[in-house]
Amino acid sequence: MTWLVPLPVVLPLLGAGLALVLGRRPGLQRVLSLVVLTAVVAVAAALVVRTDRHGPQVLWIGAWEEPLGISLVADRLSALMLLVSSVVALAVLVYSIGQGMTGGERDTPLTIYHPTFLVLSAGVSNAFLAGDLFNLFVSFEMLLFASYVLLTLGGTGARIRAGTIYVVVNVVSSSLFLISIAAVYAATGSLNLAQLAGRLDQVPEGLSLVLQLLLLTTFSIKAAVFPLSFWLPDSYPTAPAPVTAVFAGLLTKVGIYAIIRTQTLLFPDRPLTDLLLVASLLTLVVAIMGAVAQTDIKRMLSFTLVSHIGYMLFGIAIGSVTGYAGAVFYVAHHITIQTTLFLVLGLVERRGGSTSLLRLGGLARMAPVLGVLYFVPAMNLAGIPPMSGFLGKVALTDAGLEHGTVLSYVVVAAGMVTSLLTLYAVAKAWNLAFWRTPEEAHEMAVALIDHGRRVGSHEVVEHRDHLHIGGSTFGAVDRAEARRILDEDDGDNRDLHQLTEEGALPTRLPRTMVGATASLVVAGLALTVVAGPLFGYADRAATNLLDRDHYVEAVLPGGVR
Amino acid sequence: MTASLALILAAAAMIGCGVYLVLERSLTRVMVGLLMLGNGVNVLFLVSGGAAGRAPIVGENGTEEMSDPLPQALVLTAIVISLATTAFVVAMAYRSWQLTGHDDVQDDVEDRAIRRLAATDAASDSFDLASGGGEEDLEMPEEEGQTA
Repeated sequence: MTWLVPLPVVLPLLGAGLALVLGRRPGLQRVLSLVVLTAVVAVAAALVVRTDRHGPQVLWIGAWEEPLGISLVADRLSALMLLVSSVVALAVLVYSIGQGMTGGERDTPLTIYHPTFLVLSAGVSNAFLAGDLFNLFVSFEMLLFASYVLLTLGGTGARIRAGTIYVVVNVVSSSLFLISIAAVYAATGSLNLAQLAGRLDQVPEGLSLVLQLLLLTTFSIKAAVFPLSFWLPDSYPTAPAPVTAVFAGLLTKVGIYAIIRTQTLLFPDRPLTDLLLVASLLTLVVAIMGAVAQTDIKRMLSFTLVSHIGYMLFGIAIGSVTGYAGAVFYVAHHITIQTTLFLVLGLVERRGGSTSLLRLGGLARMAPVLGVLYFVPAMNLAGIPPMSGFLGKVALTDAGLEHGTVLSYVVVAAGMVTSLLTLYAVAKAWNLAFWRTPEEAHEMAVALIDHGRRVGSHEVVEHRDHLHIGGSTFGAVDRAEARRILDEDDGDNRDLHQLTEEGALPTRLPRTMVGATASLVVAGLALTVVAGPLFGYADRAATNLLDRDHYVEAVLPGGVR
Repeated sequence: MTASLALILAAAAMIGCGVYLVLERSLTRVMVGLLMLGNGVNVLFLVSGGAAGRAPIVGENGTEEMSDPLPQALVLTAIVISLATTAFVVAMAYRSWQLTGHDDVQDDVEDRAIRRLAATDAASDSFDLASGGGEEDLEMPEEEGQTA
């Protein structure tokens, strides 16, 4: 059944070509992409079962003699990643079909969305299946190119600005990846991961450390590990909601997957525990403080995305079976939840006209379904028991305590603080955007530029350049935005209260969009229900990862090294 | 393995110039920088292939005197990818010029916010919000497009 292995790459690529041809028939294009991605989900599910029962599935493309060709390998880890990512991609596709994939802009080129989305999906699948370093590079380029196009859809000012930074950062990191590949090839004469596993052991200590650091730096840029995460919160929020959702779910996790492979397959003897623990500590703490400071929900969630990468890196740093199992479970959980939340924000933007906390209010009363759709995954992200976010954090905490060094205790503590601060950030968004009335939000904006008023029962306290209202603090940037909202001549900056009075907002949300989001919310909850079997699977995957002969034997049987 | 010092120096020079240009403000220069960076990396691949030899065509030359064909195949892939990247960056620079009249990389939103805060801080000694005098100080001109 090894013919299943290339299908998650081949099907979307063929689909992308066909979808381009069908550019003038949007109806057919939609059906085609739906069929292709559903097929990929089915194949990925079959691969999960197959790898779990019969071990890694390997296919040498073109049936070249063994170490010569390109290999595609699906082991437990890649199969699980494939399944979660294809389910998420399918949900996002349904959502974007419901949205009309214009995000409100009429000038967005509709015909290229579906082919590009399919190429992105093929690139992600290829990255999870790649059995050699150069093939991994090519899949990174595939998914990056698709992401460049999706991020700058329509070419509006904000998207070009965000796209510039994103493209330059990623091209530089690709160059770094190429440099590492050239160095690895010069040192070992091979790029096949299974072959490298044996050969890298014979490379002198110092040189192999350099190679490892080169690869880790490259993948850390992709995975947005602090301090290489600066590009993410600035580029993601400007894209259309489904695009941000699929980026947030999949792209950073591809980086995490590559880090896991590097650490377990290529350099198992040098876990670099302390370095990675410090990196995960900084990622967790610095990014969550960024999230707390945001007044726009999209930007806030981009920061929590970066912050929670720290949890996965923590599991990898510990390097034990429990650590990797926790990291694998957390990746599955985080892909689902983070994508769901960005999709919900797309709905919020549609219903409320904005994602800025200064402009929103009363959404829980206006659209109760939307309230539930936000509340459940938000609590899951923060790790409220008994949801999957809580279980993942417990597993990682366990691994950290088992490790038992001072630094690992510190990171465990930082992980708990991060969890609390995540709760604070998502609850703040809930209170402001969903719970208070739109009138209160409007009053707040007025109070920000007109001092000496009271907002409800709260007094407005001025302190140097910022204002305190109740428990919240507002700085100069917020006040500038409040001034824009209240500016009569500026028609583009209205808050929810003004927009409702003008009747400018849709009162109903498209069923397909709500349905797609709801199904992902349910999928997130289902992760909690199947947490037992899933942990069992993650445990077996982690055991395989740490026993690299398992992988090497499957790819290169008969002692070809 | 023997490596050619000339190739390494050439790669180092190109990557160095490339990095310098990528740090420039104008997107066109960044594009030239990315090209040089990419070409420098491609030269590195030639280094990683070992000593130069005859064309790797079976039947034409003996295996001993052939040069390693794999890095050359990899470089070919890398060249195709950098062609596409360049096309995309040029298109983005053009679009940026259409929208703003220049092709400079714009400031990060957060950077701009922090600079505004810093500006209010600088005025903090005499800054008195209650008198309303500081209101104008909060506004910084949008500094997009200043060449560094």
